[in-house]
Amino acid sequence: MTIFWISVIGSSFLAFATKLFGASVPESWLSHPRVQRINNLIPIALLSALVAVNSLAEKSKLIIDNRTAGIAAAVALLIAKAPFPIVVVGAAITSATLYRIF
Amino acid sequence: MSVKRDSFSVSFTVGLYGSAFGAAGIASHFSVLQTCLLSLLLFSGASQFAVVGVIGAGGSALSAIATSSLLGTRNALYGLRLAPLLKLKGLKKIAGAQITIDESTGVALSQNNESDQIKGFWYTGIGVYIFWNFFTLMGALGAKAMGNPSAWGLDAAVPAAFLGLLWPRLTNFKTRAIAIAATALSLALTPFLPAGVPIISCALLAIFFGWCK
Repeated sequence: MTIFWISVIGSSFLAFATKLFGASVPESWLSHPRVQRINNLIPIALLSALVAVNSLAEKSKLIIDNRTAGIAAAVALLIAKAPFPIVVVGAAITSATLYRIF
Repeated sequence: MSVKRDSFSVSFTVGLYGSAFGAAGIASHFSVLQTCLLSLLLFSGASQFAVVGVIGAGGSALSAIATSSLLGTRNALYGLRLAPLLKLKGLKKIAGAQITIDESTGVALSQNNESDQIKGFWYTGIGVYIFWNFFTLMGALGAKAMGNPSAWGLDAAVPAAFLGLLWPRLTNFKTRAIAIAATALSLALTPFLPAGVPIISCALLAIFFGWCK
């Protein structure tokens, strides 16, 4: 089995198990304020790391390239309150333009 | 009537983003089938992007699974919140669990009475499921037809999609501080740890800040 299949099947299984777990456990298990706070912060920490690594890292090196310009465009569009599809397409166009020039 | 309209508009709009996921899967060298299976089986946007994002960055399957699963923990809390409302058993519970995501929970909880809340959950969950999977397939086929992902900017579309998911959550000083800390930590660790590990390490920041209040 390839790394692709292992990650697809493993993550899908755990995602469903997580959903079913929440629907099945007694409320007192997860309603602690500390659990709620950590739960709200996890997406912020992980998504920030995913943005950084996917736009500034190449394997174990840090680099500035066409992707970095794409993400800078995305930031500008988000500040201008552009909707999600425009942000993604704007980043792609910026990155592709630089990729084709250099 | 308005619960139907709410559910449809959320389902269609969110479903459209599925095309960005489909393209991201192909850009990270997943096959069309694998990309579509993630939408059919995993069915939770941020977690799906995490799987292809971590693998695309050169991470291991274990890092991808761990990052994706941690991003999915909020679905457990949604399930917990909805359980007394939906009161599901057997097969319906299985189906309900699979469509317990940001959007179905959001639309359900924004309705004014119990009957509309239950309808909102099912209409939105099923609606997003249909549109998200359809547009994933379209996005994956489209990206496949384009060829070299970099030439079309798809490699930048992946982090832009993460940023689009992150941005609305940065509502106060604390969340912005954590975002900056996670950015710095993941980049600082990148030269020293295997790809993928710097990302998952940032979960510790969330646990630390969440623990301390």
